Amino acid sequence: MTFFYISAAVALISSVLAISRSNAVHALLYAIVSLLSVALIFFMLGAPFAAALEVVIYAGAIMVLFVFVIMMISSGPGSTQQERRWMNFRLWIGPSVLSAVLIIELFAVISPPREPMSAKPVIESKQVGIALMGPYMLGVELSSLLLTAGLVGAYHLGKRKDDAAQTEDVTIHD
Amino acid sequence: MTSVPAEYGLILAALLFAIGLAGVLARRNIIFILLSIEIMLNAAGLAFISAGSKWGQADGQVMFIFILVMAAAEVSVGLAIVLQLFHRIRTVNSDEANTMRG
Repeated sequence: MTFFYISAAVALISSVLAISRSNAVHALLYAIVSLLSVALIFFMLGAPFAAALEVVIYAGAIMVLFVFVIMMISSGPGSTQQERRWMNFRLWIGPSVLSAVLIIELFAVISPPREPMSAKPVIESKQVGIALMGPYMLGVELSSLLLTAGLVGAYHLGKRKDDAAQTEDVTIHD
Repeated sequence: MTSVPAEYGLILAALLFAIGLAGVLARRNIIFILLSIEIMLNAAGLAFISAGSKWGQADGQVMFIFILVMAAAEVSVGLAIVLQLFHRIRTVNSDEANTMRG
């Protein structure tokens, strides 16, 4: 129960900091801490598979997309100077402290003389897989369609139509 | 150690959702708006996991996986739109993107 309160506090603090920073990279760091603390809460709620997915996909893949776009947008003259300011050590203290709280909590949770985390049964990934491939089969097919649509859409939107873009730039800036 | 009541998970989900909503309403940088939407979707996933944990069923995690898939598709298309918008108007301020070509 105490662990839940600590994780919830870290999640709320880092979320508030994530939406209130003026610098996008700082906000991303706090957002990653927020996602990690929510993953720890999933672990406590008896959903280890969802916790692993949260770390791998949310804190891993989606945040990498954000970093990629921020770095593409901020490229240009003066970006080296800007990155040097971003890599200032003091900026890492806040996220590092919050992450340290989470990792200490994680070690306390999984240490060998383990108290039962909760009276709740742990829902293993096997049950989730059986549910996914059984009654939710249509949902899985629909999400594959959604991912394909996302892939095609991102490819189409990200394509540089250089000649067309030049003329469009002129007309827009008129 | 007593177990975590599902109500507390739902309250935390509501608070995180409110924080994300405040971010969407307050910020004008499109990247921050997308980040706040991610926080809101994450809060929705937390609500599903809490409910699934309360009833001891796997359905909550199944819905969380669907939310995850939706978030991944949404953020890839959204960031592609941000790149295209930056390519055209040279800013990520959403108030600047107030013209349509029709």
